Amino acid sequence: MRDDPLMRRLSWLALLLATLLAVLQLATPAFAEPAYPKLSGRVTDAAGVLPPDTVAALEARLKTLEDTTGTQLVVATVPGLDGYEIEDYGVGLARAWGIGQKGTNNGAVLLVAPNERKVRIEVGYGLEGVLTDAMSSQIIRRAIIPQFKAGDMPAGITAGTDALIQLLSLPADQQAAQVAAVDAGNDRAAKVGAISAIEVIFWVIVLLWVIGAMSGGKRGRRRGPVILWGPGTGGSWSSGGGSSWGGGGGFSGGGGSFGGGGASGSW
Amino acid sequence: MTNGFRRTAALAGLAGAALLLSGCGINTIPSKEEAVKAKWADVENQYQRRADLIPNLVATVKGFAAQEKDVLESVTKARASATQVQVDPTKLSDPGQIAAFEQAQGALSQSLGRLLVTVEKYPELKSNENFLQLQSQLEGTENRIAVARRDYNIAVQDYNTEIRTFPSLITAKVVYGAQPIAPFKATSVNAEKAPEVAF
Repeated sequence: MRDDPLMRRLSWLALLLATLLAVLQLATPAFAEPAYPKLSGRVTDAAGVLPPDTVAALEARLKTLEDTTGTQLVVATVPGLDGYEIEDYGVGLARAWGIGQKGTNNGAVLLVAPNERKVRIEVGYGLEGVLTDAMSSQIIRRAIIPQFKAGDMPAGITAGTDALIQLLSLPADQQAAQVAAVDAGNDRAAKVGAISAIEVIFWVIVLLWVIGAMSGGKRGRRRGPVILWGPGTGGSWSSGGGSSWGGGGGFSGGGGSFGGGGASGSW
Repeated sequence: MTNGFRRTAALAGLAGAALLLSGCGINTIPSKEEAVKAKWADVENQYQRRADLIPNLVATVKGFAAQEKDVLESVTKARASATQVQVDPTKLSDPGQIAAFEQAQGALSQSLGRLLVTVEKYPELKSNENFLQLQSQLEGTENRIAVARRDYNIAVQDYNTEIRTFPSLITAKVVYGAQPIAPFKATSVNAEKAPEVAF
């Protein structure tokens, strides 16, 4: 066996690289998530319990709610919870869909799992002041559960959605706005870490340019004024939150976040 | 050595330094640490929210079940000792601190669980509207606590990975002297679980 120093050094390097790769693999989030259905509209009936005309009627009312108040309310039925509690499933689904606007987090999801006989209202950070746990629970207990118990899924979902729309349309925004302002601050703090590659390349070029100009100056060569332009270091280059509407009336969440607020019920 | 060679070497060195500085964690380590602190504040807020609900809950239960003095007193006591355990957010890397916090809050969870089992015996309390409101608030808060703890652990994992992986581990050691932060652990059986509030 050959044992020259170069070979040994190379093999050490290979080992180091392999370890590094393994560590990077481990660094990917280790928190498993269920397979959520695709967000197909303001009413995503993945469990197939709603007749088309009910879906259309609800969609229209939910769109009016968003157009007038900015609040995104989404109705979702799922065929199963993949063995998760509806609380865990609900917050994961709502975050994955990003219901509500980024920054204000004014989203809510009415989630129904007919096979598990569970229902949940998941409330975004920005709506927790209006749609409190107690309020959500009351809507579930009074508007939704009695209809579900009677076996009428569409009526229960419609009654619950109407109660939610009625509450969210009230002019109680001041309270919600304050909650949202605090949350928006948190979001910003978490985002500072991301530096875009473009910025790095830009500053490297600037540095090289300045060095070049300086060492050039020693030899007495004159240059014109240095004009710099490029991306600022501020929050430009963040991926767009805000409105994220696709063409042709497609619906998507605005990037709102959720903290587990809301209430659940079963029937 | 020629002038040209020196210049090129200096340029290459500077370019290398710039690249290294951008990828070495000089910015990401502090911002990830701040993210952990923000998530910790969230955890504390949610536990505080639970503590704030308890006096009302105890008063409501007392109105219907005054004879359950032992259970009510143990909840009040556990609440008092849980609110006394404070965590210094600048010393999150001290696992003892987190463990003490965890233990105090866990004790409160347990006595709350006992209280809610006791409530089972009082049908008129269970159907009381005020109690139902409090119960839904408590459920919601327990759920928020679970979410906040999970988010905290994710932020901690992100931070710990950052300070333990190349190349940022060099910056973490040399510049910041960064220590890994302790995540929440499920210390006892069902510690992760909210007390059962089913009826």
